[in-house]
Amino acid sequence: MATNGTRPLLLRGGHVIDPSTGQDGTADVLLVGGQVEAVGTGFGTPDDAEVLDVSGLVVAPGLIDVHVHLREPGGEHKETIATGARAALAGGFTAVCAMPNTDPPIDDPAAVGFVRAEGRRAGFARVYPTGTVSLGMKGERLTLIGEMAEAGAVAITDDGRPVADAGLMRLALEYARTFGIPVAQHCEDHSLSAGGSMNEGIVSTRLGIRGIPNASEDVVIARDLLLAELTGGRLHIQHVSTRAGVAMIRDAKARGVSVTAEGTPHHFTLTDEACEQYRTEAKVNPPLRRPEDRAAVIEGVGDGTLDVIATDHAPHHYDEKEQAFEDAPFGLVGLETALGVAVTQLVEKKVLTLAQLIERMSCAPARAFSLPGGTLRRGSIADVTVFDPAREWTVDRTRFLSKSRNTPFEGMTLRGAPEMTIVDGSVRWRRNA
Amino acid sequence: MNPAATPLGKDLIGLERLTAEQIRGILDTADPFKEISERAIKKVPVLRGKTIVNLFFEASTRTRISFEFAEKRLSADTVNIASTGSSVQKGETLVDTARNLEAMRIDMVVIRHGSSGAAQFLAERIPSNVVNAGDGRHEHPTQALLDMLTLRDHLGRIEGLRVCIVGDVLHSRVARSNIWGLTKLGAEVAVCAPRTLLPIGVEELGVQVFDRIEEAIEWADALNVLRLQLERMQAGFIPSLREYNRVFGVTRERIERAPRDLLILHPGPMNRGVEIDSDVADGPQSVILNQVTNGVAVRMAVLYLLAGGAPDRAEAAKAEG
Ligand SMILES: [Zn+2]
Repeated sequence: MATNGTRPLLLRGGHVIDPSTGQDGTADVLLVGGQVEAVGTGFGTPDDAEVLDVSGLVVAPGLIDVHVHLREPGGEHKETIATGARAALAGGFTAVCAMPNTDPPIDDPAAVGFVRAEGRRAGFARVYPTGTVSLGMKGERLTLIGEMAEAGAVAITDDGRPVADAGLMRLALEYARTFGIPVAQHCEDHSLSAGGSMNEGIVSTRLGIRGIPNASEDVVIARDLLLAELTGGRLHIQHVSTRAGVAMIRDAKARGVSVTAEGTPHHFTLTDEACEQYRTEAKVNPPLRRPEDRAAVIEGVGDGTLDVIATDHAPHHYDEKEQAFEDAPFGLVGLETALGVAVTQLVEKKVLTLAQLIERMSCAPARAFSLPGGTLRRGSIADVTVFDPAREWTVDRTRFLSKSRNTPFEGMTLRGAPEMTIVDGSVRWRRNA
Repeated sequence: MNPAATPLGKDLIGLERLTAEQIRGILDTADPFKEISERAIKKVPVLRGKTIVNLFFEASTRTRISFEFAEKRLSADTVNIASTGSSVQKGETLVDTARNLEAMRIDMVVIRHGSSGAAQFLAERIPSNVVNAGDGRHEHPTQALLDMLTLRDHLGRIEGLRVCIVGDVLHSRVARSNIWGLTKLGAEVAVCAPRTLLPIGVEELGVQVFDRIEEAIEWADALNVLRLQLERMQAGFIPSLREYNRVFGVTRERIERAPRDLLILHPGPMNRGVEIDSDVADGPQSVILNQVTNGVAVRMAVLYLLAGGAPDRAEAAKAEG
């Protein structure tokens, strides 16, 4: 199926949408030598080029997911770098950022090098490593941030175990500035959320499940926005789930704070009612919240307050989820459903245009983490996603390429599906007939 | 009553999912079963040949013994399994236990578990009838049923009664089951506790909140006083036991100021001098020991109904002995 990357590739007659250049119309895209050679019509095609007819489909700069858990090392029964990067391709993603909360965590340059090398060896989507903020994710001392950046870490984060100490967070933001990488933060105050398994509210009260209040997320968002303002460092807020969180980020952006933020497909689609019947597939952190929070996340993604759509792909083995709710781990898989959920929830419902969707899933993630890609400008890397915004399909987790199947979207009918994922000028994944 | 009109379904997970009629059916069935416990030979052959497993992942001598008496008085064969361990081990054991129980072709399982939803989890995975004997902070339906039976015995009705649940509602499965059951049968329900021990949105369950025990006492026909787990103090939910008793304790002095005769219930075991004073617990308004007696009858009724019995045949069924 994969074409030879050294052979030129011509995508003919697609609807090319590239927000980075303002392109939005029928055009051809020529990829040569791993780079975008030309976008438009009437340019000469090399004789040896492979020509693919993509008429009726959208051709976009490759989608990028800045928040995935690939579980390697330490959790290979859930996912490996290779299986995760392959699932990414099937979801239309040409690149993913691997979170460092593995076992052991990615907290030194050698570990960063390992993730990068495994990603390359797998040869599926590009895998960009991230490193932890603190050694051993203990929240006490900074890691070798400079050396990790040199080894290829594109961000630092203690995702899953947020930096609790405000002083350490300040140092991380200040120190990371030197290397031009953002500090990504999972905003959660454990003194408010510890022991909780779902959103604190009437549903948790009825189910008898300990809750996680909005405030546990909001107080850290507030604090970190102030610290970003103080330090001038680059802050990236992960998976925002609350109404107040969205509002505070909007305000901070308006006063010029250097902050980017994520909205996830599950937070803009589901509410805590998905946890009814103790459905552990809907157990995720931060939790699915109330309808007004979901509405705020939609609004935030709509107006660009949440500039990035990221999945927080968090695979778990089936028997880990097959437990009583409070005993099951947090997390759901998202790579293979993200595009369909986003088109269905945001484009079909006119929250975003297709161009804005591509901005949130490709251009903005590339900018937030300073990654190559996110554009079809001449000379940029030849990462392209071809998708059909009208294709209707039903989520069937048995068909996932991810090693895990923990999805709350099972059985949902979606519009919009990837057709072809091109990395470095070669077709690495294509829908079977 | 038409027996088909009062099926409990396959399992008894909680009162949230039962109709008022189903709940009344259980109470009506329990009534004739009370008499069996008064006999010299306390046994009827209603569940002869049925195998029941009492699966207790969390220690609870009272509830287990009450179920065991109920099962034996209905002539069932019973097996007790107790298991403790870390929360993760519990979860793993639960799936495996479900598979093992299924393989052993048992008829009913009574399960007590520290995790909310555990009873439903099991019920979804095995064909046997599952009775929830308490899951996490979710529900403890038979306890609420015996509380309601006791109220009905002493006050003649549930409808229109004012019942205040006093104490640690946040961590209490008994409170949740009582709220569902009592409101469905038309009682007015209130809770009274420090705000740190009340769940978020409890008002949305249709209950009133009293911050002061004096107001609750003035309002109520009955108080259901919950046990205060002493470790809640260590966890910081309350500053001290002494202060708790002074502010929220059900004392004789307070009871005596009530405008009407108050019925005092407590699911036990009691912390005398903390949530309830001894002279109240042992006083004339206390029906705490009646609750224990009614517990066996209610559990007999639940097991009988899940085995396919009908409320209007309960009288006949007990005569078979
Ligand atoms: Zn996170």
